[in-house]
Amino acid sequence: MKLARDTWLIFQRQIQLLLRNPVWVFVGVFQPVMYLLLFAPLLKPALNAPTQAEAYKIFVPGLLVLLAIFGGLFQGFGLIAELRAGVIERSRVTPVSRLALLLGRSLRDVVSLVAQAVIITLLALLFDLRVFIGYLLLAYLMLALIALMTSAVSYGVALKVKSEDALAPLMNTVAQPVLLLSGILLPLTFAPGWLQGVAKWNPFSWSVDGVRALFAGDLSNDKVWQGLTIIAVLAVAGVVWAARQFARSVR
Amino acid sequence: MIETRGLRKSFRSRAGRETKTVDAVRGVNLEVAEGEIFGFLGPNGAGKTTTLRMLATLIEPDGGEAAIAGADLRKDPAEVRRRIGYVAQGGSTWDESTAREELVLHARLYGIAKAEAHRRAARALDAFQLSEYADRKCKTYSGGQRRRVEIALGIIHEPKIVFLDEPTTGLDPQSRAHMWDEIRRLRTEGMTVFITTHYLDEADALCDRIAIMDHGEVVAEGTPAELKREISGEVVLVGLDAATTPRAAELLDTEAYVSKLETADEGGLRLYVDEGATAIPQVLRRLDHAGLELRSIELHRPSLDDVFLTKTGRSLRES
Repeated sequence: MKLARDTWLIFQRQIQLLLRNPVWVFVGVFQPVMYLLLFAPLLKPALNAPTQAEAYKIFVPGLLVLLAIFGGLFQGFGLIAELRAGVIERSRVTPVSRLALLLGRSLRDVVSLVAQAVIITLLALLFDLRVFIGYLLLAYLMLALIALMTSAVSYGVALKVKSEDALAPLMNTVAQPVLLLSGILLPLTFAPGWLQGVAKWNPFSWSVDGVRALFAGDLSNDKVWQGLTIIAVLAVAGVVWAARQFARSVR
Repeated sequence: MIETRGLRKSFRSRAGRETKTVDAVRGVNLEVAEGEIFGFLGPNGAGKTTTLRMLATLIEPDGGEAAIAGADLRKDPAEVRRRIGYVAQGGSTWDESTAREELVLHARLYGIAKAEAHRRAARALDAFQLSEYADRKCKTYSGGQRRRVEIALGIIHEPKIVFLDEPTTGLDPQSRAHMWDEIRRLRTEGMTVFITTHYLDEADALCDRIAIMDHGEVVAEGTPAELKREISGEVVLVGLDAATTPRAAELLDTEAYVSKLETADEGGLRLYVDEGATAIPQVLRRLDHAGLELRSIELHRPSLDDVFLTKTGRSLRES
């Protein structure tokens, strides 16, 4: 109960600060929309898709997973600013739950990611993308779990390195191979065998496949539950690890 | 209110390939009584902040024990957190939040219900004369206003003890005087206040008792007056013409209240006495009686810097 209350308090504060500065909505949506408008038209011929809508069914899921991964991984920067301002230390002298300090922030990240995802999905509807609402919600669940995990990990790393200068290259180094090995921009069915073999070890490649299956209306595809399970396990692990960093002494 | 035994902390720092262990705090024993303003005086890097952060549960001691407001620091840090307030040196407010939001949130993190948190925030804003700016963002505040918000945050849950880490560093003289008044007000409200400072005048004027810290150890502890008395007593400087000096020295050397007498470099005599205020009239009478004319008379009271100098061999101003 205390955990829920404390998490809600932190979440409320973070959301309030987020809404106070609504530029993020524009920034968060602008880039994906550019991909949608300027990159996606290349896909129909490239993927040999029968219609533009089919191409979107392949591309939009990848784009959403991409947003979830990157959106989460870079949340640590905000935490470093809070560390510097002394806000984290101020929280740590109170009896507030350490897990709540993490969860309140990560939940904000999940909510803002899902909001972005909804906006992008709505825009994609204009391009004739059609997805069954139930499957869409499952896909959002997958995205939420990805964002929870990546943001928790980002917070944990931020608490460890304590400086933007270290966090930026670290996150970029992690994110790039993860991105390329997950078939986000183009499905890995085009990849040579060895690349597919390596990608199997990338958990995000499973979740991209899962989300694509959901967008294709193929709930019975094993990739759906496999992707969800893998990401759920990783999200729990990430949260537990990062919460430990919050509990441990800073400095 | 606070009792520590042998509190220790060392840090590992890496310089190039070598790892060095720095003993930041090497066995601190302290006793702080209820309702006093206790000061930790020492140069930067003496271990004041590290000790304070240990007492505030922010870092774990390597050894030793402490009881704070009746709770055991090592065994029950959660209970210690409930009973203390802590105001960090570097600030603790968020630019984009308002003072009221910060206060309400902070109170609620201590488990205080929403309505009560709002009431307490309003009261604190009033007490710290912040009501006027309560709903403006913290980034618009002056240094002194911001520091007052931070102190208000530290005591919003009405702790028994509040730790203030260098509460006046970086403030202009007027805000500093204002802050001293605020700190005294906390004492009158029954709170025990534990501050760190590297300002001699602050330790002297504000604190009921102080501990002087250097290189991770407490080198002296007591009231500022006690500490000063302990080292050297007071010095009366008697300005005399060179011609009359030997005769005056002869006369005064036999007086009982003069514990030591020296010829001063600048001419005249230095008399070491227990209490200058009573010695001066007697010196005047004695010299007048003998018909010796004096140019000036001056009382030099030892400062806390003299105390620091005697205990550590260097001046606090230099270190």
